[in-house]
Amino acid sequence: MIGAIIDYQFMQNAFFACILASIVCGIIGVIIVEKKLVMMSGGIAHTSYGGVGLGYLLGFEPIIGAFIFAIAAALGIGYIKRKGGVRSDVLIGLFWSLGMALGILFVALMPGYPPDLSSYLFGNILAVTKANLRLMLILSGIVVFVIVALFNDWKAYLFDEEFASIVGIKTTFLEYLLLVLIAMTVVVLIRVAGIILVLALLTAPAATSEILTTNLKRRMIYSVILGNIYCLAGLWLSYELNIASGAAIVILSVVCYLLFYAVHSIAGKARSRKLAACHEESHKCG
Amino acid sequence: MMVRRNDGGSGAAVAIKAAREVSTAVRIEGLSVHYGQTPALEDVNLTVVDGEYLGIIGPNGGGKSTLLKAILGLVPPTNGSVTIYGKNPKKSKSAIGYVPQFAMLDKKFPITVLEVVLTGRMQPGLTPFMSFSKEDRQIAYQLLERVGVARLAGRQIAELSGGEFQKMLIARALAVNPRLMLLDEPTASVDPSSRQQIYDLLAELNQEMTIILVTHDLMAISAQVRSLACLNGRLVYHGEPELNENVANSLYGCPVDLIAHGVPHRVLKEHDGGGHGCECDGRVAGDGEGGAEN
Repeated sequence: MIGAIIDYQFMQNAFFACILASIVCGIIGVIIVEKKLVMMSGGIAHTSYGGVGLGYLLGFEPIIGAFIFAIAAALGIGYIKRKGGVRSDVLIGLFWSLGMALGILFVALMPGYPPDLSSYLFGNILAVTKANLRLMLILSGIVVFVIVALFNDWKAYLFDEEFASIVGIKTTFLEYLLLVLIAMTVVVLIRVAGIILVLALLTAPAATSEILTTNLKRRMIYSVILGNIYCLAGLWLSYELNIASGAAIVILSVVCYLLFYAVHSIAGKARSRKLAACHEESHKCG
Repeated sequence: MMVRRNDGGSGAAVAIKAAREVSTAVRIEGLSVHYGQTPALEDVNLTVVDGEYLGIIGPNGGGKSTLLKAILGLVPPTNGSVTIYGKNPKKSKSAIGYVPQFAMLDKKFPITVLEVVLTGRMQPGLTPFMSFSKEDRQIAYQLLERVGVARLAGRQIAELSGGEFQKMLIARALAVNPRLMLLDEPTASVDPSSRQQIYDLLAELNQEMTIILVTHDLMAISAQVRSLACLNGRLVYHGEPELNENVANSLYGCPVDLIAHGVPHRVLKEHDGGGHGCECDGRVAGDGEGGAEN
């Protein structure tokens, strides 16, 4: 595969796309897992399908459409949720389906043969263009900068939103900002894993690093590293075995998470059994 | 009322008014708070003078936490007003230290004890690339020493006991350098010895600041606080920390036996009729929260 990366432009693009996707999904993934926004992210991702359809219908780059729809969904869900009166899971469900329905409608309205949308739904990392890569680079840059620059504010906000607002941190602004960052992340990930498979990339590395460390910063770093491993290994699998890249990456990351989880819980059980045995002995001694 | 044109006179009036504002920590006038259609608080009038140690009791859903949140400016009043040291709550945030309910927080969040206290030292607004100064860290550590958990400064919060967690939250509230402390059930899920330590600490803090304590713990009411407010949607009682039967009845809706087990202080004055026989099961025990849920 390394030879192919040197030889072929599309493999280089795929390689860089993997790295960018791992960085953003590592950082944002930890936050959404911690803040229980996984379904919110799913809703934003699926709503962006409407933008892909609109892009095809009106003849502009579909990923730009996805970007606009994702931002609109993030702000819309955030605003209505904040106004209150509606349960957020209901709202997310509605946006989720509405986005998909609009996408289907827009594509159906297109004259001529419908385009193949499966690369947006399931991801096709080998089809990443230079323009896609440029957009991904800009969005990842923004996401990383905003999180790093305001890291202490994010930490205070994530741990106790109420107290953060009493101290005077602008929590409403942070909430909207976080939703916009999630939308950007989703757009970065769409070309790699696709709208439907995005959730696994957002959650699996973050959930695995949650097992490994109890420090927020380290959790993000581990998550980025794990994401890179999953994505590049998935890319290699998809290249060697000629299977869809999104599927390869997702299956790999979920299987790895389950393995980590199994090892961790077995180790934990063994440790507590040992501890219990020690206690018993010391009681006997006493 | 006469309007005086005399400059000296109005100056004196302003001075008197200013003195009164300073001595009033919290003034609540005609406060109602509704969540959608559901009223949580109705027409509450309450004045807390500077230096007071006020205990608030009442049944679950009686609006105790809502009252604290209204004082903090976290929930908007439907009617009425709240002023803190003569100012709008939103403008006096730095004057208030807040200890939220233990149950509301994520105990598994990846953060250390010292980092939690440091969040009390954060600047208002958003500060890009902010890092805590040495002084901030020192202050945070000293506060942890003051509440008695400095040895745990580097620990993850997941490793703390209930009592240690509450003490950490008190240290965080103190890090704001408040004139007024609001505590929402600071002794819930706390072992008895830690509970006593927390009350001792609060009594000590009361030398320097006003304290408002929401609690289910009637031992605290009888032994600690200097005045008492009872909330059941409305303010049922405000005054000396001694409950009479009428207040208790309108609070909990049925006669309750307010004599706590093994506690030297009676919450309820001994009544004339003798025996404590009570038809109702509602028993407010002095040994923890939850007793008042009937």
